[in-house]
Order: sequence, then C-alpha cells, then structure tokens
Amino acid sequence: MKFSLSWLKDHLDTTATAAEVADAMTMAGLEVEEVHDPAAALAPFTVAKIVEAVQHPDADRLRVCQVETVDGLKEIVCGAPNARAGLTTIYAPIGAYVPGLGVTLVEKPVRGVVSNGMLCSASELQLADESDGIQELPPEVPVGTPVAKLFGAEPVIDFEVTPNRPDWLGVTGIVRDLAAAGVGTLKHFDIAVVRGGFPCPVSVRIEAPELCPVFAGRLIRGVKNGPSPEWLQRRLTSIGLRSINRLVDVTNLIAYDRARPLHVYDANKLVGSEIVVRGGQAACETGEPEHLIALDGKTYAASPADCVIADAGGERPIGLGGVMGGESTGCDDATVDVFVESAWFDPIATAQTGRSLGITSDAQYRFARGVDPASVVPGLELATRLILDLCGGEPSEIVLAGEAPANPAPFPFDPAYVKRLSGLDLDDDRIGTILGQLGFLVTAGGAGQVERWTVTPPSWRRDVEGPADLVEEVARIHGYDHLPDTPLPDQGAPSRGVLNARQARVRIARRALAAMGYSEAVTWSFTRRDIAQLFGGGDERLVVDNPIASDLDCMRPSVLPNLIQAAARNAARGHGDVALFEIGPIYLGDGPGEQRTVIAGLISPRAARHWGGAGEDALFTLKGDLTALLEQIGAPVGAMQLAQGANRDWWHPGRSARLQLGPKTVIAEFGAVHPRVLKALDADGPMLAFEIVLDAVPEPKAKATKARGNADLPNLMPLTRDFAFVVEDGRAGGDLVRAVAGADKALITDVRVFDVYRGAGVPEGSKSIAIEVVIQPREATLTDADIEGLSGRIVAAAEKLGARLRS
Amino acid sequence: MIDLATLELDLINAIGGAATVAEVEAVRVAALGKTGTISGLLKGMGAMSPEERREQGPVINGLRDRVASALAAKKAELEAAELDARLAAEHVDLTLPARSRRKGGVHPTMQVMDEMIAVFAEMGFSVAEGPDIEDDFHNFTALNFPPKHPAREMHDTFFLRPDPETGERKVLRTHTSPVQVRTMMSQEPPIRIVAPGRTFRKDSDATHTPMFHQIEGLVIGRDIHMGHLKTTLKDFVARFFELDDVDARFRPHHFPFTEPSAEMDIRCDRSGGKLVLNEGDDWLEILGCGMVHPNVLRNCGIDPDQWQGFAFGMGVDRLAMLKYGVPDLRPMFEADVRWLAHYGFSAFAAPNLASGLS
Repeated sequence: MKFSLSWLKDHLDTTATAAEVADAMTMAGLEVEEVHDPAAALAPFTVAKIVEAVQHPDADRLRVCQVETVDGLKEIVCGAPNARAGLTTIYAPIGAYVPGLGVTLVEKPVRGVVSNGMLCSASELQLADESDGIQELPPEVPVGTPVAKLFGAEPVIDFEVTPNRPDWLGVTGIVRDLAAAGVGTLKHFDIAVVRGGFPCPVSVRIEAPELCPVFAGRLIRGVKNGPSPEWLQRRLTSIGLRSINRLVDVTNLIAYDRARPLHVYDANKLVGSEIVVRGGQAACETGEPEHLIALDGKTYAASPADCVIADAGGERPIGLGGVMGGESTGCDDATVDVFVESAWFDPIATAQTGRSLGITSDAQYRFARGVDPASVVPGLELATRLILDLCGGEPSEIVLAGEAPANPAPFPFDPAYVKRLSGLDLDDDRIGTILGQLGFLVTAGGAGQVERWTVTPPSWRRDVEGPADLVEEVARIHGYDHLPDTPLPDQGAPSRGVLNARQARVRIARRALAAMGYSEAVTWSFTRRDIAQLFGGGDERLVVDNPIASDLDCMRPSVLPNLIQAAARNAARGHGDVALFEIGPIYLGDGPGEQRTVIAGLISPRAARHWGGAGEDALFTLKGDLTALLEQIGAPVGAMQLAQGANRDWWHPGRSARLQLGPKTVIAEFGAVHPRVLKALDADGPMLAFEIVLDAVPEPKAKATKARGNADLPNLMPLTRDFAFVVEDGRAGGDLVRAVAGADKALITDVRVFDVYRGAGVPEGSKSIAIEVVIQPREATLTDADIEGLSGRIVAAAEKLGARLRS
Repeated sequence: MIDLATLELDLINAIGGAATVAEVEAVRVAALGKTGTISGLLKGMGAMSPEERREQGPVINGLRDRVASALAAKKAELEAAELDARLAAEHVDLTLPARSRRKGGVHPTMQVMDEMIAVFAEMGFSVAEGPDIEDDFHNFTALNFPPKHPAREMHDTFFLRPDPETGERKVLRTHTSPVQVRTMMSQEPPIRIVAPGRTFRKDSDATHTPMFHQIEGLVIGRDIHMGHLKTTLKDFVARFFELDDVDARFRPHHFPFTEPSAEMDIRCDRSGGKLVLNEGDDWLEILGCGMVHPNVLRNCGIDPDQWQGFAFGMGVDRLAMLKYGVPDLRPMFEADVRWLAHYGFSAFAAPNLASGLS
C-alpha cells in the first residue's frame, strides 16, 4: 500500500515529515518498506529560459543556446528541435545525475563547443514515459523555480499491510492510527448524503447472499466523462496508478482513500434494467462454465464459487463481483449515464476467486482481506459527490439489496488486563482515550460488574475479538518502547541439563564424526520419488503434492541418496575424496510416530597417491569409524551381531553388512553402495556409507548414581599366543574370532586377526586365518599346563566350526 | 718375568688400534680373559712371598685397572661411533608429506543451534521436538489460523498427497509452532521450552530455501507479561551475539497465534558492506514474538484466565549467516566441501558458556 504525504495531510493535521511519519507508522505496527522521495532525485533541476539559440557551427542538428539559469547565463549545446529563444524549460547543471539517461553530467565539448549543462525533457527526468523535445513550460514560471515543486513531486510511503488490518488499505485508516499515536490531529472525514432526484431505474437482485450479502447502487445520468483534472491525475500517478477517466479514477481514489472499492457501469450498455448477483453458472448441456471478458482484456471462466454480476435477466455476466468488471459495460469518454456499485463481497470467497482464476485487482485485494461492511452506503455517497463535482449529472435514489453483515459484538473488558498482559502501567483514562481514538466504543460497567468496561469494536475492525486484542491496541499506540524490563523468575539452569538422552547422543555423534574427518552436511528432507523408491521409499503418502521442483517431490526414506548426490557434485567440481555426514530425519510414513532420526555417513574414497604406498582399506576404515561412533554414543556394541548378506538392495551384496541386536532390531547398515544405485544417481563409485537408526539404539539404563563400578586393573602381565587355523573359504572370520573368544571368557580379553592367507600350503577352497589371542591371568601367573589347557580349549572351540589348527 | 711396562704399552696400543667393538673384546680376552696375560699375572701372585706380593700386588692391580678402564673407554667410544653410523643410515626425508587426513567439521546451522540451546539452557529452557510432517490442526487450526484465512496463504505451505480415504492433506510444518501445541497439550504449565527443528515453505530465492531451520520458544506461567518477553529476548540476543547489551526495539506486528505481537529489531550499521550491531541508523529484524493468543491456549487445553505467557521464533540459518558473515543462504544445503571447510566449525568447539559461545 502506497500513499503520498500530501494525501495523508488531507486527512491529518500535522507538520511531520515523511521520515517522521514513517517512524511513527513503524512503531504503531505498519511495516514501512520504503519512503520514496522523488523530490530528492529532482533536486538539481530548475527552471531556465533560453535567451538565444544559434546554429552550432559544426553540426546541423545542434543549437548553441545562451540560457538564463539559476547559476547565471550559461552556454549550453542542445539537440532538441524545439530549443528556441524565449522557451522556458528545465536546466540541469554540470554534476547533476539525469535519472532518465542514467548519466552524471560532465563538462565536455560537443563538436568543439563546451556545453555548460543540459536542457532536459520530461522523460529524461522520469516525469513522463516519453517526450518530444525538451520540456516546454509556461513563460511566466520564474527562472530558478525547483522542478520538484513545479511537478508536485512529493514523498511516497510504501508499507506492508498485515492481513488483520484491511482498514490500512485506505489512507483514512492509516490516519486514524497515526492520530492516536500522536502524530497529528484527525481532520473529520464525514460523508454528506447526496439526495437522489428520481428512483433508480436499475434494480438489484441478490441470488448468492453467501458471496455478496449486500449490494447498493445508484444511477447518475447526464455525466460528462473525460480526462481527470490534474490534481486527481497527480494523486493517482504519485502512487503508481494510471489515470483512466474521471469515473474510473473516482473509484480508484476512494479505494485508496477509504479502503472502499466501487465499480462503475456504463448504464447504457446494460441489457435490461436488473442487476443479478449470483454464482458462476455452467451450461446445462455441455457443463461448460460461463465466460467473461474482464476489463483487463482476459477471459475468465466463472465457477459457482465465484461471484458473478449479471444483466439481461441474469443471463449475461458483466463482472466478477469484488474482483473486476466486464469489458462489455466499462465506462469510457462516451459514457453519459453511469451506474455506481458499492457492495460487500465475502472475503474468503473473493480470496478463493483470486487464487482459482489467477486474477488480482485493487478491489479483489481489499475484499479478500475484508472491507468495512458499514461503508457500503457512505462509499456510494462519497462517489456520488465526487462524480457530480467532476462530471456533473443527476443522481437517482440509492437502490439497496440485502443486508450488511452484523457489526462486531461488544464484549466485557477489564482495563487492568492491560497491565497484566503487557506489563504497561497505564491509567484507565489513557486506555480509554486510545481505544476511543481508534474508534472503539467504550462504556463503563458491563456484564453486571461496575468496575469493568464494555467495548464495541468499530465496524472496520473485524479482527478484534477479545480483550487480548484491545491490550495490543493500547500497547502499540502507547508504544512498545515503554515496555518494562522484567527478568523471568530465575529457575537457573536445570541441574541435570536440558537434553534428553537422544538429543545428547546426537550432539556427541556430530562432534565425534567431525573429529573423525567427516564434514557435516544438511540436505533437503525431500528427494525425487524414483530415487526414494531406490532406497525403499516413495510411498504415495509421502509424495509432496506441490513440490518446489520436480526432483524434490518425495520425502526421503534415507539420507544416503542426498549424500551420494552431494559427493557426486563435489567430484564434478574436482573434489572426489570426501567424507560427509548428516544427522537428520527420514520418513517411513506420514504419521507423527513414523519419522526416524538417522546418523548417516558417506566416504567417497579417492585418496591421492602417497609416496608411502596405499593406506588402509577404506571399507575397514569406515567399519572402524562406525564402531567407534557407536561406542561414543553408548550403544551396546559388544552385544551387537554383524550380519552379512541380509542388507537391503541398495547395498553391494558382497561388501555390506548390518549391525543388529537380533534380526528385528537393526541398528545400522554399512558397506559399499550398490553400483546400480550409484549409476541411477549419476555418481561414480565406489562409495562407502553407513546409516544408523538412532531410534533403534537402546538407551542405557538410568542409574541411581553417577558413580562407576570398580575398575578391573589386573596386576599380572597379559600374554599372547598365536594360532593359525585353516577354514573353508566361505567361513566368516568373525565366526572364528567369536568362537575363540568364547573358549574362556575370563582369561581371553582380545582376539586379533593378523593374517588371512590363501595359497601354497593351504588346500584349495580353504584359507588360513592367523590370530593372536590376548590372555589376561587373573589370580596367579599361568603355568605351562594352564596355558596348554587353554590352548586346547581354543583349538576345540575352533574345531567346532570346522577349523583345523594349521600344522 | 714379563716386563710390565712393555706389556702395558702393548695392550694400550692394541686397545687404541682396535677399530671395532669385537677387536676391543679380543684385546680384553687376551689380557683379562681366563687365560689372559694380566689374569696370568694375577694368578701368579698366589705363588709369591708376602713381601713380593706386597710389592708386586699394587703394580699388577694398577696395570689391570688401567687396562680395564682403557678397554671400557674404547668400547664406549666405538659404540657411540657405531650408533652414530647406524643413525646416520636411518636418515629419512621429513620434508616428505604425511598421509593426509580428512578434516571434518560441524555445519554452521548446527553449531548455531547448539549455541542457542546453550544460552536457553542457562535460562532454564528445555528442548522439545516434534514431527516434520504435521496435520492441519497442529500447524494451523490450533494456532488460531482461521480456515482459508490469507495468513495461511502467506505460509506457502507444502502439502502431501491427500489421503485417498479421508481426503486429509498432511502438511510439512511451516514453523516449529506445532511443537508448542504438542507441548502445551501434553504438559502442565508452567512451561519453559525451546523447539528447534526443520521447517518448510514453498519459497526459493536468495534469502529463502524450501527447507530451513527455526527455533521457537514458549514460556507459560501465571503472570508472564511482555516485560518478561522483552528482557528474555534482549538477554538472549546479547548473549548469542556475544555482546554486553543490545540496542533493540520491539515493533508491533501481526501473527495469528500471538496477541499482542511484535517483531524485534537490533540497531545496526551496514554501510561498510559489513554488519555491525548496536551502531548506525539501520535496524535488523531478528525475530517475531508475542503473548500467546488466548485462543491458542484454549485450543491446547490451557485456561487463559489462569495462565499466560509468551512465544517467539527465529530462523536459525539466518542468524548463523548474520553472526558468521555467511553471504548466501542456498549453499547452506548444498554440501559443497569447500564451503563446509570454510564456514564449518571444529568438532571440539562445542558451544559452552565457560569459553564463550564461539
């Protein structure tokens, strides 16, 4: 919403500058976006008079002019054909910025003659769209007159109207708040009744009161339409509106002045003498909706939810109610008899029409937010007055159909609530004054209690429903800068911290992974549906109906596709070796219990060649990182089983596994991503990843104290013994390790695999696994016999798996 | 009788001429070994008369001690030389590079989230969470958005496909306020929580992404008013930006779920192309806030005649950008490792109040 300072001052008696008005608006809750001051841009330009204009010695089309200016007599070269002696025009000095040309004037010779400035056209000053030669001003305008003053350029304030305040879509609504905030005194804007001279020959029938409950109109006959007077044109153009003709300009003026949209019909183009207000219709046979060519020249199909104004016995649509009139009955310079409409259209229906038909207008914007229902007849009277003043004519009586929605109901209000809710300590008088200035009717003693008030909101404040709304009115007008400083009652930081176990784990995981060399990424919660399907998702319930882009149309079932795509993008930029992680949501369904938090990590191992040779196998680095991470977050790593060959199908079947606490509680899957999936994501492999479902990791049991159990620190030296076992090739090394470790859980503290060998000395189809067993004596040093016995148990345990001690 | 002086000279020469530890050892065996020359002399002392022994004893023992110490000195010297030679052979070129390690880091949005939670924890707020996929009730209706009201349109809501049976359309939460609703519906006041998390709006330009992060707060008590709101938020913003105080203003605004409502601005100066807080003539919008609307309390089963309080919400990514000078929002979600390396944080820089937030 825009308005000019002079427009504001028509209704508000104030000496405030545009900047002061803007500040006051901001602090009253009107969010100012821009204060545009065209006068600032016009400041260098003044009126000048050409004293003499002679042909340029070296250029046919140029004239060398002697110009009387505010800076004295100047020699200026001018190319305009109308540069002639005696012309009063516009002068720009050297150094001036000419907005229409986008240049700053410098002193330089034009074909050998130095030009000491420039003579300007209206378009060069952006005062007109196009110009024919330099500006011709009336000769009586004195030299030196600022151009800004001459053209009435004045500051314009642009601000954002919050949806609760449709009354701010008219200057009078803004003025009312500013007056209450102490910026000036309200000038009265009462509207006089214009008596009609004859019954209105046009009748109105409302068939759709749910779309338009009230409709008023009147005929004014014998008007003379045509271009608006300069003051009206200037008022509209100052805020970026186009002046059309007097009748249309009057409706626009009132829309912006009073937030009261109107419409004018050329009465002689109406078919029949009845206006019907109804919903859109469809043809009985074809079901084809009716069409209307609106004033914007476009054709719209009206549905039953759209309000249609029709004539010809309700057959011909001539307007979309509250949105835009039809081309067929528009007013032009030939209009003699005009029918003026002032109605009230339902906000929700009007908003819906705007959305479904993709049409907006000043009227639609206002009706969608809610126009003051009490302005139907006064708005019509004001329009009548202006039309009579500008176009002459003779008004009919008003025709009024339907009934305006009820005014807001009174409700009880305890002024002490202002202090209770806002903390502002104001006396009742101040509270009453503010409410009164804003148009609220305050009466003392309500609901049977003497000390309470009864407050009735004005008809234009349908947003106010209860006492809290009144506190806001009082607080914002009195000023939020007067709010007291009140610390919250000190509860101190909760002694046990504020994070629950899961939140604390997320924190630890984040910093553990960052320390292990993974960079944290935050990626979209959505992905492309067919990608989601590759990762076990893509359920219909998780498809976004209105995605921002077609490749972000489904909630992700896994973080991995995002990380894989991110790694591929990095590779495409020349950074192939990346380690990324993300801790975030995945979506298994659309219910509140179907979201999971996962910790996902991805390595794209592209280590640079190193002079020391290849490093560790990246897959086992990843496994080590995963295990370390699980330990850090307190997962029961010792109790977890590693199952290979059971991973879901986006994993490499031979190079992936999962960690689980039984087959139904899968904690994590990890390994290499399936090449087919990488190809579908346009990513080069290999890529290694893990995804931990945090919700599946059991939380440690709460303990009564923070004290830890006694530490197990044996005094005796641990010793090690090496074994080599031959097992069939398909046997998992982990099985052997587990069997050996289980041979004596008290003495064996670790089992380390230090060699896996196939080849000479080992039968075909078998492999040799060499292990180092760490033995921790407990009570006494082990004798040779003790160690022999233990070795026997180890070999026996291994033999149960079909392993033989390698000889 | 052996000439002891000659013997000593020979032995000392032999020791001096030894080039290796083994040669020194050979000299030692020849002199001090079981059948060595000096050993023979020492043995021969047993056959001497007491007078002879008294005279020869110190001479022979002296000889033995001098030879022994010469042997030891030579051996130490040769061992040192051998070690030097071995170490010289062990020389490596340390200008060669170590195996490079990937440098990990924490995303700025998450770092800032941790910072905010650290400050709010100190003020007694606990952390509440809720689902990203919400129903209309929790995201809008409970929060006093009238059905079909323009304020709903302003939220640019993402919808999931309608349920084929009920026609219900789930939404991606447009703010973390539904967590406030869930908290109020499940917890008795007094309440003091913050709700951080992902939020979604169908908007994409230089300052908007379809997904972003918010942190919202809710304080409900018997007599919590706007003065508490003002002080709490000023304290928070000052601590978050690590300033002693902030020059803040509260502007009236409109939100359906609060009444009165406000936006909080901080004085700032952007003239140098850099953002400086507490200086200049400009204002930087930081957050939206207000007193929880009585309808919202009622919708959540809380009696507005007994309880009242304030709520606030702010964009975490945006505040991260403001605090750490990140110029553009969109790279936040692109996982460009170059960007992450530049704007990320060390794993060990966990925000805490002891060392300052950052």
